[in-house]
Order: sequence, then structure tokens, then C-alpha cells
Amino acid sequence: MLKLTENEKVKFSPALIAKFDAIISHRYPVGKLKAGLLPILHLVQAEYGWVSPEAMDQVADYLDIKPIEVYEVATFYTMFFLKPQGKYVLEVCRTGPCGLVGADKIMGHIEKTLGVKEGEVTSDGLFSWRGVECLAACGMAPVLQIGPEYTYYEHLTEEKIDQLIKDLKNK
Amino acid sequence: MSEKVKITIDGITVEVEPGTTILNAARQIGGDIVPPAMCYYSKLEGSGGKCRTCLVKVSKGSEKDPRPMPKLVASCRTGVMDGMEVQNITSPEVIEARKGIVEFLLINHPLDCPICDQAGECDLQNLGYEHGAADTRYEFDRRTFEKIDIGDKIQLHMTRCILCYRCVFTADQLTNNRVHGILGRGDASEISTYIQQSITNDFSGNVIDVCPVGALTDKTFRFKNRVWFTKPVDAHRDCPTCKGKVALWYKGEEVLRVTGRKDQYGEVEDFICNACRFDHKKTSDWVIEGPRHIDRTSVISSNHYETLQPLPVIQKNKTLMEANKVEFERTKKI
Amino acid sequence: MTRKLLLEHIQVPDIHTFDVYRKHGGYRAIEKVLKGMSPDDVVEEVKKSGLRGRGGAGFPTGMKWSFLAKPEGKSRYLVCNADESEPGTFKDRYLMTYLPHLLIEGMIVSSFALGAKVSYIYVRGEMMPQIRILEKAIAEARNAGFLGKNILGSGYDLELYVQPGGGAYICGEETALIESLEGKRGLPRIKPPFPAISGLWACPTVVNNVESIAAVVPIINDGGDEYAKRGNGRSTGTKLISASGNLMKPGVYEIELGLPVEEFIYSDEYCGGIANGKRLKAVVAGGSSVPILPANLILKTTSGENRLMTYESLSDGGFQTGTMLGSGGFIAFDEDACIVRNTWNFARFYHHESCGQCSPCREGTGWMEKVLHRLEYGHGQMSDIDLLLDVSKKIEGNTICPLGDAAAWPVASAIRHFRDEFEWHVTHPKEAMERNYGLANYANPLSQTMQNVYQK
Repeated sequence: MLKLTENEKVKFSPALIAKFDAIISHRYPVGKLKAGLLPILHLVQAEYGWVSPEAMDQVADYLDIKPIEVYEVATFYTMFFLKPQGKYVLEVCRTGPCGLVGADKIMGHIEKTLGVKEGEVTSDGLFSWRGVECLAACGMAPVLQIGPEYTYYEHLTEEKIDQLIKDLKNK
Repeated sequence: MSEKVKITIDGITVEVEPGTTILNAARQIGGDIVPPAMCYYSKLEGSGGKCRTCLVKVSKGSEKDPRPMPKLVASCRTGVMDGMEVQNITSPEVIEARKGIVEFLLINHPLDCPICDQAGECDLQNLGYEHGAADTRYEFDRRTFEKIDIGDKIQLHMTRCILCYRCVFTADQLTNNRVHGILGRGDASEISTYIQQSITNDFSGNVIDVCPVGALTDKTFRFKNRVWFTKPVDAHRDCPTCKGKVALWYKGEEVLRVTGRKDQYGEVEDFICNACRFDHKKTSDWVIEGPRHIDRTSVISSNHYETLQPLPVIQKNKTLMEANKVEFERTKKI
Repeated sequence: MTRKLLLEHIQVPDIHTFDVYRKHGGYRAIEKVLKGMSPDDVVEEVKKSGLRGRGGAGFPTGMKWSFLAKPEGKSRYLVCNADESEPGTFKDRYLMTYLPHLLIEGMIVSSFALGAKVSYIYVRGEMMPQIRILEKAIAEARNAGFLGKNILGSGYDLELYVQPGGGAYICGEETALIESLEGKRGLPRIKPPFPAISGLWACPTVVNNVESIAAVVPIINDGGDEYAKRGNGRSTGTKLISASGNLMKPGVYEIELGLPVEEFIYSDEYCGGIANGKRLKAVVAGGSSVPILPANLILKTTSGENRLMTYESLSDGGFQTGTMLGSGGFIAFDEDACIVRNTWNFARFYHHESCGQCSPCREGTGWMEKVLHRLEYGHGQMSDIDLLLDVSKKIEGNTICPLGDAAAWPVASAIRHFRDEFEWHVTHPKEAMERNYGLANYANPLSQTMQNVYQK
């Protein structure tokens, strides 16, 4: 269980709220606005890099649901980060076909290159990485994705990883 | 009134209202053929279907469509059809599946019954005795969690939880502000409030009564006594919040705890409020109705020592005599 | 293969845009339907086509549609299941990336057939690029008058929305998907009631896979009877196969159902054989949850016939010697692949993806993963193998949704066909850490292997 030592103040920008409004204004029937929860959590994560309890409470407020309903959902789905991450999170597929063609090697290389273990953030705050389950890109294995755009990097090799990390650092 | 439908369970036929579930039809027959249920709770809408202990075999779908159902079904969530035939304890397949379910429920359970307040009135304990195997094949570390106080009266011991969801339904349906829920996924799911919070609500204490295991326990009763050393007595009071019909659990003159009145399936007759449960622990608070009937096979029925028969060593030793003074006096009274 | 039905124009530059798609015959099906067919006519054509659900279960789509309840005054919904997450399957991603308008056209026709006024495409959250592509394509279709009020002057209104998931394999199960669309945890519902009676927001709902919905377009254009002429027996039409693993040319292929498995693996038109000149050891033919088969059994059935890419031929021999077409996720394993490691990998996947709602799946998947991990890393015991079989049997069939079965089958089938390799991991723990068991006899012609055992 999380202990809130200091309440991190989060105030959604009008631009972000406008994006929320665009989702719930017409997509769902009256009284079923909770359906907007997943798209809204994605927007929150794209904005802040993770979904903090404080942000979740505000989402609950916005959708007029109980905070626990947001926590329940956010902790169920693996895409939502419940802790701050690096600016770029390298999510490497490790399931079946990707495993067959070297996902373990790729993850090992990322760990070595970044110098942090799975789930940890590099000291410059730029990177974190983790293994994820099947990304439905098995024919292009091994693959990784980077949010919030969820760009795919396919047919990975150690050289391609080095290049990618270099490019991201210079971005 | 619509016409009743006929259903046969383990060879016994009963007529029930349409829409009745197989489990409730079996409860109308009663006895051994009633499937065990760990997550279903008739007073909680939407409960059931999750633990899978009540699986039964439908060997005949109905009079109209006699085909058997391809898989075992959860009897708590499957409605009866006219002419349906169901096998519970007469099906080796069901017995085997149930044994598997009990094993699954126990592999991550701490089996800490000796220090668990629920022992003696624990559905999982009963289930294990009646349907489980004596040994375990699980050789890995068990899942553990920290104990959490959710409010000053209730303790959550998540390690013991079997994720029946009953307490979540209770909070949803009895209170208007649920603050706890199921977080996480798969075998990492847990009951939690996510951020530290206490559950404060007039009816929150009912989560203790609906919990089939010792995951949610009454802190005012914690480690006070084993349930089989206490005597349940039905009592009531004029309560502005709830019906005020409770069971008082006595040890000697003292009321150790107050609960709802549970039936043979572990379900309370009425949910009670926190004031009745936690704040009225004097006999003078209550109108006593009489001893509560407890099933003869329940461990609670045993060990009710009517008279004290002290060991010779106690009778000879002054210090020990002094230590057992209360008991001696009560024996004299009786 | 003769004419492709879904991927016919995939090579056309900019086919993902409305104009190019339209120029190549796109949105014809909508014109045909809205200008001369009743919803029931459309359902009838789909029934005639023999189309079976392409998401994995293979249930006849037309029949599923005809089960939809139509109570007065209640909305009906069509939800497209684009939560593609089954390891080995990536055809829907491919289709949505290159041919978004095919899916949208299919959605419009199918929504009309079902009387849905609002339809959703539920796309797994990781496919944000595809979500953007679809949203753009929907806007284009709307601008062209194929969505919105009074489509093509027919009086039919339809709104189409894309909804993202949040990362959960279980949301591919239709009732979990509905829960997720409603903004809840993706917990499969206890059935009955089925979605056709009470689905999204308790309204009658049909949930169909991306490919099934796309296939409605050629069915309407050519007629159900024409579609049914393609394929083989009750496996009508064409199917997208996602080929991955140790193949020369992994990728998405549209095949005519009935293609011999051997041709699919080895012909240059399709996968072009096994990569790096290796030999084939095993195949998972329909996504990770279907039984794995050794090379000899995937190429031929026990009666010596060529195995074909059809629902029937792949399941020939039942679970003893057959498998399933499933979602068409075709994973090939070469002689260097370790079956124990792969089985552990799959078991970890199912453990990770179990929703945790019902006890056999929640506890059993984790248990299997731990035992397999122990076997893979050289700490296993001989009794572990039977323990795994027993645990898998106690999960199978006893869970709320098919994820339990999906977790049990890969383990049970791997042990059924590759028991030698599991035992070798126990008897040679050190060696197993350094090298793989290899091809052994798994590719030998059936008569030389355990045919009599299989036929027992």
C-alpha cells in the first residue's frame, strides 16, 4: 500500500481537460462516462509520464466516480505506470516468438548499456526499461516499443539498440 | 406465481421457483448434496462464480433439451431448468475438480490457523477438511503481504485472502463510499485502499462477517479468545441504524465480540451496524433471547466446559488456585 | 493462390487513404448494402459464406449475428475486437496499419446488418499508431458521407469510435473486452447471459474479430456463395496467417484455407522454409494457446494424410495428435529451440495475463510457471512432469473463461509430445543449461516414431 508522504499537487491544464472533454462529450451514452477512463488515463500518462495517485483522484473527480474505481483500473492494466519512469521507457517484448529469436539477449544488452535493472531509471532520468508480454508484432521480432506514441522498433539487434539509445539521448 | 420447475440433484428431486440457481435449489434440499461456496453470498448481488468450489456436473440440461452441459458449471450462478439433472457428490469428476480447487485455494494460503482468529469458524478450514487432500504438492514460497489496519476496528490480513470479492460487494452495496477494492491483477491481486485510508462507515464492519477466511478480522476481538471457547447468544437491541439483531459471543460474563447471526452457510441473517458491533459490548446493552443454535458438528459446539475439573496439581497449589479463582467461582454458581 | 480477398490491394501505394482505397473499389459493399439489401439479407449472405470467427474460436459469424436479441427500445452494439494479443498473432495490426478502410467498411456493413447505431473498435492500447491511423481513416470516411447521419441518403445513421485498451491479454475475451470498454477492470463475465442478450451496458452486443469484420466486405461484394466456394469444406474463404519464429520469411500471409501446411512453411510464395538452413522441430499453428505439435505431426496426420491449413485438418486427431487453427498465429521452432524453455515462456505469459478472478487460473498458472522455471533451470524433478500435467488438467475446463484452457493446453501438449526433452532436463540438468536437446526424433516420419502410442 502506498503511503503518501507528501501530496504532489497536480493540476490538469485546460488543454488536457479539453482532450478529456473531446472523449466524453460524444463517444458514450449518457450516464456511461466511466467508459472514458482508459483513454483519459492514457492522456494523463502521456502528459506526466506516469499516473500518480493525485492525478487519479482528479480523474475520478472529473468522471464523477470513486477514486478506488480509478485505482482498480489503473493497477489492472500493465500499460499504466504507477511510479515515475525514465523519459523514455523501452518496453521489450519477451514472449514466445520474440523469445525464440533473441529477446533475452536484447534485454541483457539494454541492461548492460543503460546500467540499470528492469524497472529502474537511469541517473540522468532519461531511460528505464522493462520486459513486456506479446506486443503482436511477432513477425518483426524482436521488437520494443516506446510510449507515449508507442513507436515500434523492429528486428532488433544490439547495434540497433545502441543507435536507438544514442538517437534518443541526442533528441 | 409462475409455475415451479423440477430439478434433480444427486438423485433427489425438488421443485423450485424458476430462476433459482442450482446451488439454492440444493440448499432447499439440504444436507451433503449442497455444494460448498466460498465466494457466493446470497445477500450480495453479483457475488459468486469466482472461487469455483461449487462446480457441479449437469448431466441433463432440461426436459426440453436433455443434452448434458459440456463443462462443469458454477452452481451458484447457473439457473435451473425444468427437468434438469445435476450431479454433485455422486460425480467423481466433480469431487476431483473440487479437490483441485481446494488445493489451488490453499497453495498460497499461509495455513496459520493456530494464530488466526477465524479458526473454528473458517469456511476455508471446513472446505479443506471436507474436500481437500491432507498434504500439499506446492514447494514454492507463498505469497505474503503486510498486515494493514483499515480503520481502527478492522484488520486486513491479505495473505489469508482468497479473493472472493465479497467484501467489495458489501462495501458497494451497503455503503455509499467504497474506498477499498481489488487492485493489481492475477495472483498479485490484493484487497487494498491503494493509498493509506481507513474505512469509516456505519456498516463497514460487515466486511468481517462476510469474509470466508481470516483476512478481515475484528480488531476488538483480535487474540481475545478461540471461538470455540466462547458461547454465542442471540440478542437484540433497539438500534436506530440497523435491525439490531445480533449474536453475542460470551466468555464467562464478558461479551468478547458481536457479530451478525450466521446461518449454516455462514451467511448473516441481517447486516448489522458498527455501533452494535463495536460499541455495545455489555450484557446490559442487549435483550438476551437465548443460546444460539450451533451445528453439532461445528467445533464451536465442542469444548464448552460446563464445570471446571481442575487437575490435582492445581487443587494442591495455592498460587494456581488463586489464578483460577474466577473459574472456580463460576463452577460453584452452576 | 488465386485472387486474394482481403489483401488484394495491399501493395498499392497509399491504400490506407480514403481516396486510393475508394479508387480500388473500396466502399462498394456499403453502396450495395444500403441501396438494395435489408439487414437480414446481409446476415443471410454472411451465413451463406460459411465465415467462421477469425479471432480464434472459429464460431460461424452469421450464426453469431442471428443470435443477437432485438428488444424494442434498446440500443444494439457492434464491437470490433482489435485487442490482438495472442502470442504469435499480428495479422490485425497488419490489416489496420495498411488497410484501415477495409475494417471501417466492414464495420459499417456489419453494423447495418445488426442494427447498431453506434459501434466501437476496441484496439489494444499498445497499438497507439494503429489507433491514430483508424481515427484518421474514420474522419475521412465521415467526410465522404459513409459515416454519420443518413449515410448515402439511406436513412441509416452510424457513429464509429475507436477505444484503446490498457494492456491486458484477457480483454481479447469478449466479455472482458466489454467490461474494459465500459471503463472497468477486464474481468470476464460469468455466462450466461451472453453478450448477444446482455453485453455492452447491458444491451445486446456482438463482438467480432478485425479479420472477421474485414471479410464481410468481399462476402458482400462477391456474394456469400462465391466466398463459400473458396477454401476447403467447412473452412471457407481465406485466412490471414501470422507467421513467426524461425522462418525464412516471417510475416502476414493471406492463404486459401486448405493449403497444405508443408507448402505454407516451405514454398517461396509463403514462408520460404526454415531460417538459417535449419530443420523444423515443432509448430504452434494457431497462436500460443493451441497445442504445440512436433514437426512430423504438423506435416502429416496420423492416418498419413497431408495436414492442411483448415479448421478440420489441423484438429484431426483431437488433442492427442492434433491442434487447432485458432487465430492463425503460426510459430515455427527450429532444431535449436528448447521446448521446455518455450513452454515456460508461454506459462509465464499466461501467469502474467491471468485476471485473477477465479481460483484455478489465478493460482494454477503461477504454479505451472514456477515448476517449469525450475525444470528449465536444472532444478526439476521427474515427478514435476506429471505434476504439471495434473495441475493443467485441474485448470482446464474449470475456469470462468477460456484463458484457463489456453494456459493449460500448451503445457499439456508440450509434455505429451516432447516428454523426452522434459525428462532430459531432469536427468541432465547441467547439460541442459549449456545446450539444447536438439531435433531428436521429432521430425522423423511418423511410422518410425511413436505412432502406435499416439493411436492408442
